[in-house]
Formats: sequence, C-alpha cells, structure tokens
Amino acid sequence: MIPRPLAIAVSVLLAAALGMSLYAWRMRGRAAAAPLAAIDTRPVLPPVAGATERVTLFVAYDDLGVLHPQSAQIPLPSVRQQRAEELLRSLVAVYLDKSSPHPLPPGADIRSVYLVDPGLAVIDVNAAFADGHRSGVLAEELTVASLIQTLSANIPGILRVKILVEGKERQTLAGHADLSNFFDVSAINQLSTQLQSAQ
Amino acid sequence: MPSISRSWKTPVAGGLLLFLAVLLLSAAAPEKHLSIYSTAANYSLPIIEREGRDYVGLLELLDPLGTVSAKSDPPRWRLRYNGVLSDFTVGSPRARIQGRDAVLPARFLLENGRGLIPMASLASVLPRILGGPVTMHEESGRLFIGSVATHFTATVAPDDPSRLVFHFTAPVNPSVATEAGKVHLNFSHEPITAPASPTLTFASKVIPSATYSENNGAAQITITSGVPLIASFSADGRTVTLAPAKSQPAVAIATGSPTSVPLQAGPLPQLPLAIPSPAVPRRYFAIVDASHGGDDRGEALSATLAEKDVTLAFARRLRQELESRGIPTLLLRDSDANLSLDDRAILVNTNHAAIYVSLHAASSGHGVRLYTALLPYGSDDDRGPFRGWTTAQQSSIALSQATAASVVTQLKSLEVTVRNLTAPLRPLNSVVIAAIAVEIAPPASELSQLNSPDYQQLVTGAVANGIGEVRYQLGAAP
Repeated sequence: MIPRPLAIAVSVLLAAALGMSLYAWRMRGRAAAAPLAAIDTRPVLPPVAGATERVTLFVAYDDLGVLHPQSAQIPLPSVRQQRAEELLRSLVAVYLDKSSPHPLPPGADIRSVYLVDPGLAVIDVNAAFADGHRSGVLAEELTVASLIQTLSANIPGILRVKILVEGKERQTLAGHADLSNFFDVSAINQLSTQLQSAQ
Repeated sequence: MPSISRSWKTPVAGGLLLFLAVLLLSAAAPEKHLSIYSTAANYSLPIIEREGRDYVGLLELLDPLGTVSAKSDPPRWRLRYNGVLSDFTVGSPRARIQGRDAVLPARFLLENGRGLIPMASLASVLPRILGGPVTMHEESGRLFIGSVATHFTATVAPDDPSRLVFHFTAPVNPSVATEAGKVHLNFSHEPITAPASPTLTFASKVIPSATYSENNGAAQITITSGVPLIASFSADGRTVTLAPAKSQPAVAIATGSPTSVPLQAGPLPQLPLAIPSPAVPRRYFAIVDASHGGDDRGEALSATLAEKDVTLAFARRLRQELESRGIPTLLLRDSDANLSLDDRAILVNTNHAAIYVSLHAASSGHGVRLYTALLPYGSDDDRGPFRGWTTAQQSSIALSQATAASVVTQLKSLEVTVRNLTAPLRPLNSVVIAAIAVEIAPPASELSQLNSPDYQQLVTGAVANGIGEVRYQLGAAP
C-alpha cells in the first residue's frame, strides 16, 4: 500500500512535469515561427562612431589592371587592431559595390586582422572571399596587393603579412597568388608602384 | 534419309563457318602494347584487358629501370624499387607508396603472382615510385620516363620547295611504308613526341602537308605528296629528307597498295638496322612548364576552354620555337598530368637547365604579362651551400629580370601589349635558375584568339627570341 502523502506528491510532480513540457513545446514553436529578420545581426562590438579619419585605400581596377590610391573618409576606432579590420572592411565594401572596379564574390568579408609584434599582420578572410575569387595571376595579385598596401599605408610598423582563409593556411588564393608564405611589405610596396602604371 | 542428313548438315556448316570467322577475327586483332621510353632502356609490354580496363604488370614495367622485387602476402602485394616501398592491396584501389596514400582508378589485381596495375594510374603512381616525372600517352600506349622525348621540326628546304626536311633532336630509324600519295614514317622504338600541331602544312605544291599520329605504342608521321618520294637520312640519323624520287628506284614511293619499303644501301646512306641504343640523357637549356593540368584546370576561360589546355598548346609551340633556334627544351608537362608546384620546382632544379618558363593564360586584360618572382619575407634563410626552399630564386633574380626584359623588348617590337611585373607565384620562388612566368591574355576582347595559331606563333616566337637574345648571359656556350 502506497502511503497517501507519497501518492499526492508523485501526482503533483507528474502534473508539474507535464505542464512544463507543454510550456516548453509552445515556446519552441514560437521561437521557430519568429521571422529571421528579427535575429540581431549587429556585431558584438559597438559600431564605430565619432570622428571620421581620412585614409588611403589602394583600389584595384580590372579594366586596366592597375592599383590606384584613393582617399576615403571613414570612422575608425582607436584600438589599432580594430582600426585595421575596419580599414580592410571599407576596402572590401568598395569591391562588393555594384559598380566595383574589381568585383569580389558576394559574401566576401574580412573575418579578423591580427597585429602581432614585431611587425606581423595576419589577415583572415572568409571562405566566400577565396572560394569565389576569380582565377588569374593578375586578378589575384591585384587583390593581395590591394589588401596589403592599404593595410601597411595606414597602419604603420607592419613589415610582413600573412593571409589566412577561415583561420587556416591556404596554398593559393584562387590557383595562382601564393598564400603559403609571409608577404614582404617592402616588396609589395614596390609591386604596388609597378601596378600603378598600366605600362 | 538424304533430307534428314541435309537438315543437320546446314546448321553444323554454318556453325563451323561462324567459328572460323570468329577465330580469324580474333587472330587479326592486334595485341595491344605499352611502349616505355627511358634513359635506361626502351622496351614494350603487353597490355592486358581486365574488367573492361587496360592493365600492365608493374614488376615487368619497373624491372629494366632499376632494382626491383615484389613479395606477395595476400591480400597485400609489396613492391620495393630502389629502396622505395609500395604496398598494394589485391582487389582494392587503395595503395600506399613511400608512406603516402594513393588511390588507383581501378582495383589492383594479382594473377599468378603478377601484380597488375591499371594503366590509367601510371601517370600518378610512377612519379612517386621513380622519383621523377613521367609523361603518359594513355590512348596510344606510350610512356615517357624522365627527359627522353625526341622532338622534331619539319621545314621545306628554302632553296628547293620540293624537299621536306625533318630535324630530330636524337637519331631515329623509322621504317618506311607507302601507299597511294602517302609516305608513312613509323617510329616503333623512338620516343618521338607530337609537334605543336598534329597537322603540319607547307608552302610546297609537291609536299603540301604531313600529319603526326600515335597508336598502339608507336608514332607515325604521314607525308602527303602528289609525286613519288625518296627518303634519305643524314646527320647520324637526326635528319630525314624527303624529295621527289626521280630515277632512284630503291625507296621510291609506289602508287599502288600499301607496301613497306625497307631502306637499302645504294645511292642512299647506309642505315643501321638494329634498334638504336638507349637515348643518351639530353642536357636541356630551357624548361617550359604548361601550368595547371589534371584536376587543376586553372582559370575557366570560357564554358569550354580551360587554362590548362591553352597553356599546353602554348607550351608545345614554345618548345618548337626554342628548338628551332637551337635551344634544347624540355616540356615539363606534355599531357594532362597533375604536377604539384613543389614537384615542378624539384624537376626544374634537378635538371640543371638555364631558364624556366612557366606559362599561364587569362581571360582578363589584353596582351602578355611577364612575371618574375616576388620573394616572400625572409629572403636570407640560406644555410651555407643550402638555399631556402621558398627563397631559392634569390640568387638568380637578376638573370630572371634580364630575361623578362629581353622578352618584353621582343614583344614590344611586334606591337604586342606587354607588362613586366613581379608576382607571388609559385614555383618561381623555389626555382634556383632564371625563372619567368608568362601570362597570355587575348590580344583584344575576342577570347577565342587565345586558341589562334597565329597569335600563339606570334607570342611564342617573341618569347623564344627574347630567350635567344640572352642565352649567353644565361650560360650557353658561345
């Protein structure tokens, strides 16, 4: 014979469990029905605000196969690493525009830029950046030179640059430009000078 | 009774006839062969058909090339070639060669202790076993191990348009066969390789064209002519001249049914009847590399045009242009083979040539872009006599730039749009000799121009001229 108080307690617990299950089921349904637009996609870091700064972006132009310095006024945070990221994201935004002179694939983005002393910068691009990039020696070289020259021209003290894709080392950007080594910033500076002329 | 006898005799006779026909047809089918050309020996092996695929005996293939042994321990079949261990699994396409996994396109088979490997796997498996490049012509059953290919050029003699002169890079001894209006030079033992275009046309009414073809382990050059021709050999078998027969009857071309005409002494030079001795390794001055290949298609230039195919066409033509200027040239990729960037650098560095030319093609922009290596950070990581792998080009960069400048001058003289740049482009940085990359874009917006023989001729001729201009600077003997 089960004692009466025990039977009551078990019944109450079962009723509570059933009630909580129904509540959880209902909440899950609501969450699934919530529109995607409601998902907060804002970055964890506060948006860059405050005073804007004048920077030089080295923009690639496919029609002539050249790299041209171009002034831009963009808001930049004070932290060096975040400045580097915002700088390159501004450059990528130029390439993702409809009237881009050097189109990058949709969804291309800079994941992070790490500044490691002494003088090392690591640019981590996302998979869409590399997977959809056009193949060709000059096409890939323009992208690499544009990223590195823009970074080194605006963030002093960078001597060498490594480009990663989704945090991993990759042999080439799209079959040609070698990403397996560290880029020498002084050599890229010279290349950028070469690339500023179509001759 | 006679009617009964006729009723069974007819089907029996029919069956017998059918059996005989099948027997005759099977006897007539030529046995398939794989011809192997190497510096050690030139030989051929029978091709065995199993499960609808072509197979060859791996042990027999390697035996003339070095010290080889095999041990059967079913389902394992272990092979040791010059210290390189390979482990195959009978009935499985998986293998392990020198400690690295390999996947064959079909199962490995074992018959009476003989390990049979799919012929389609030779291009990928042999470089790892032999430690050097191989070029496989699978459809025609020809395998080139190392730098053994014999190239040729064909020109109409400038002083006599009725004479066609073939120059070969090594002595040859073809058999000559004739049929109406055609002469066939059959090369069953020589590693002859295709010219840039399989069909050669000449500005001669007597000999309008010649075609190159390969089949069942042999190469053949067919010369078309409206008149009987005579073949003569000179320069130790490196030159073959075809000219109208006139009064010489010895090797005159018949105009009837196909006949094989042996070369005879008489008015023509005496020719060796034996198979030529194994080819002496050539010393190459230039190495031309058709970039990409195999799974790596390079840029998709159009829906049907892949960069790897365009680079191969340019590379073959450039080899011909260089050879015609007396520059011995090795084509690093002469088929749809897949070579890694490191393998390309290793092959170049071990060949001790003077100049490396990597060819690329692009759909964007116009004209030609010349590149020398943009060396990565850390160009001082040499250790005594050893060069850093990623910066090995450092010591030759000045020569590379001089070569590129020379090629640019030649292209400009032909009014080809050209740019001279540096690029982070492997394997340029790992090559110890002078190294340039040539990226060829269409001359105008027409992408199809990349396949135009005229454009290919224009660009490769200029590149060959540019290299020719600095050949002594690069180290050629004057």
